Amino acid sequence: MTNNVIIVGAGIIGAACARALAVAGVEVTVIDRGTVAGGTSAACEGNLLISDKGPGHELVLAQYASTLWKHTVAELAEQLGDTFPSVEYDPKGGLVVATTVTGAGPLLSFAAGQRGAGVDAWTIDADEARRLEPDLGPAVEAAVYYPEDAQVQPTIATEALMASARLHGARVLENTPVLGPIHDSAGALVGVRIPSGELRAGRVLVAAGPWSGQVANLLGVYLPVRPRRGELLVTTRMRHRIFHKVYDADYVGAVGSDDGALQTSSVVESTASGTVLIGSSRQQVGFDSSLRVDALSEIAAKAIRLFPFLADVAVMRSYGGFRPFMPDHLPVIGEDPRMPGLWHATGHEGAGIGLSLATAVLIRDLMLGIIPPIDASPYSASRASLAPHLVDVA
Amino acid sequence: MNASNIQVLVIGAGPAGLAAARAARARGASVTLLDSSDQLGGQFWRHLPPERPSAEERMLHHGWATFRELSETLEADDGCQIFRGAQVWAIERSPERVDGTAVGLPGAVHVVVGEPDGVGRQRLALRPNAIVLATGAHDRTLPFPGWDLPGVFTGGAAQALAKGERLAVGRRVVVAGAGPFLLPVAAALATTGATVLGVFEANRAAALVRGWLPNPWELVGAANKGTELAGYLAGHLRHRIPYRLGRAVVAAHGSDRVESVTIASVAADWAPIPGTEQRIEVDAVCVSHGFTPRLELAIAAGCALTADRFVKVDDGQGTSVSSVFAAGEITGIGGVDLALAEGRVAGHVAAGGTASDRELRQDRRRRRTFRGFAARLEAAHGIRSGWPGMLTDGTIVCRCEEVSFSALCGAAESTGSRSLRSLKLSTRVGLGICQGRVCGRTVEELLGRRLVGGLGDGVTADRRPIAAPIRLGELAADPVADVATSGVDEFDQRNSESTRGPT
Repeated sequence: MTNNVIIVGAGIIGAACARALAVAGVEVTVIDRGTVAGGTSAACEGNLLISDKGPGHELVLAQYASTLWKHTVAELAEQLGDTFPSVEYDPKGGLVVATTVTGAGPLLSFAAGQRGAGVDAWTIDADEARRLEPDLGPAVEAAVYYPEDAQVQPTIATEALMASARLHGARVLENTPVLGPIHDSAGALVGVRIPSGELRAGRVLVAAGPWSGQVANLLGVYLPVRPRRGELLVTTRMRHRIFHKVYDADYVGAVGSDDGALQTSSVVESTASGTVLIGSSRQQVGFDSSLRVDALSEIAAKAIRLFPFLADVAVMRSYGGFRPFMPDHLPVIGEDPRMPGLWHATGHEGAGIGLSLATAVLIRDLMLGIIPPIDASPYSASRASLAPHLVDVA
Repeated sequence: MNASNIQVLVIGAGPAGLAAARAARARGASVTLLDSSDQLGGQFWRHLPPERPSAEERMLHHGWATFRELSETLEADDGCQIFRGAQVWAIERSPERVDGTAVGLPGAVHVVVGEPDGVGRQRLALRPNAIVLATGAHDRTLPFPGWDLPGVFTGGAAQALAKGERLAVGRRVVVAGAGPFLLPVAAALATTGATVLGVFEANRAAALVRGWLPNPWELVGAANKGTELAGYLAGHLRHRIPYRLGRAVVAAHGSDRVESVTIASVAADWAPIPGTEQRIEVDAVCVSHGFTPRLELAIAAGCALTADRFVKVDDGQGTSVSSVFAAGEITGIGGVDLALAEGRVAGHVAAGGTASDRELRQDRRRRRTFRGFAARLEAAHGIRSGWPGMLTDGTIVCRCEEVSFSALCGAAESTGSRSLRSLKLSTRVGLGICQGRVCGRTVEELLGRRLVGGLGDGVTADRRPIAAPIRLGELAADPVADVATSGVDEFDQRNSESTRGPT
């Protein structure tokens, strides 16, 4: 097999994989129907979260990823130089607050379970919570502090990873959609057709986020990745008054839910530019990007419950993106057993920014035949929990 | 549907919106008219508040009698509900789709009513049968070194202060940029007592301008030359205020505020010609390079745009979204007479009429004439490609976020990005409080020209799903459902309740 890879998708997963493979000496071509960071990676929060993940395989991946971010950010800064915009990596820690009595018990037992899985989760009282966040409202029934939670500016992180990949020899073709597969006589995938002709490689990695299902379909397999819409609000700039990532405890439930209807929970944090970012909703509305005022209203109401002073703060813009939702809540990382040559790195839902670096290590090691630092089998396309969903019912 | 059962929502009470409201009422529809300002008339007919009436209004405003007639008729009309200080902050599209296109009624129009800085603004959600978008345009200013200094105004801001407050922006003022709008700006300044040292039009003697040269002040009245103001200007200002072609303000200087400007000759493409610089001491500069249509609501409603990025309309001013109409500057920069004609057509058709109805015959003809006039104006005065020659590395491109030209170019170069969205997020250009209304198209042009292959993400600076800032507290509150059906009394009652403060 030749030592080259086509990556479909120039979001953060594609960029991280391109960089890891290029550094390892693999010849990488990234193609995207749009531009680098043109989809979900430019329409999300940049969460590097431990706090929202209960014990399980996603947590293991997140914990591994969190060990990679700090030195990767330093490597990128060194390689790209001062003129490159900062990725705004900030290990600020997360504070999860139960604003209702009924929410307190589940939060505390969730945190206890996480501690058993090695998560730094400090149960703190309301006074301690207010020392961390002086502007918290009166509704603090329970609080857990997660020092491992961090944040990056996701678009710049994607650009930085891709710029680094380029410097290591990766080629990026923008405005280049996949038109169809190229198979060899044995049925293995050996390339893709693009508008300018054919692109051949030993492997094709689909890293197209919520559009991965469409790309997989074009290439001839069914993959149950579905878009789930998330909306965010951005306030005008203000004095720095929110110091951590602050969530109400409902966030954990909304992220882990299968429900297609609107769900919101409050995630509030300051950004380096002085605005406050307020998320987020989860709603399955296909690829419909229209504004939903009911979602924004709910987000606003919950944010005010955490921080009452926000009621007088103006929102100046909103944005939304599509999260790649998987029916069993785990990303797909590895080769597709149904079609040799086809690989996946997708389905990270709302956690793709944080998980991107760990995903890239797994992809690199699996492609190079090295044993990865964490067990890759739970994310395999042939895992048992995914099997019932691989039959196209549409 | 019987016209009397049709509820037409008109957004914007400038010339187009007033004409649309009047025409819709003439067909018997009930009308709700919204404007963000606390008075009717829009930017064009901005005037002193009623407690300070002035005999000068007639002379200062082209078509003042038309404005008085329209606004007084609508204000006296029970079938027309008027909300002043009403900001439409979002439009939701109709949930019904066929092949991705909205069908049936337009979606909800979300409004906040009240002083922008005040407390207790009321949230409304309106669900009319038809919408007429008449949101107008704001004037566009290209960046140049020093344009971020206090004392540098857009022509529109200077004119608004002069017309709405009788305030002059300075004592020694130059007016520069491009287009016939520079002239009424200069005239308005002159009436407030400012000394206008000159009007500097960047374009050179295009054929049309040559035609106007003997008396450029006549342009104030645009196609309708017999107005009082045009006559006043022709008589009184022509000899006092120099009007120079092929010159531009290429820099403003000063420490805390503007103290002087550099005027230079510019080539046909607007690139400054070295060696022609001349410094003039001023205490204010008014700059306008044309107009940018306010498209965010049309885009939010799902309306298709033309290649030159105005709202695409049919003969009846209908947009690509059924029951959504557009009139005035958002369909093309054409001035007041075109806006009035388009408004009348839009209101009539929104209220159930058809574009070919006999009563629209004169408006159809006027619309044709004035659209031709608008095209000639654009040909004579439009922005030319050499303008970035005015920029230096340190020139601020985005004033809200203080992003310099070199920072923008540096980010584009270091990231290799061809995505407007990504470059906005990595430099913060256009992400400040004005949301790119001032710099958006400038940034698009600068990047589009600089990047190999141009911008590649298909994103434009015109899309703003949240069309006006809204407080989180207002956003969290339940809106009053539909004042058009629930009635004004109920609205007023709830409005007064909400001003009592949080409960």
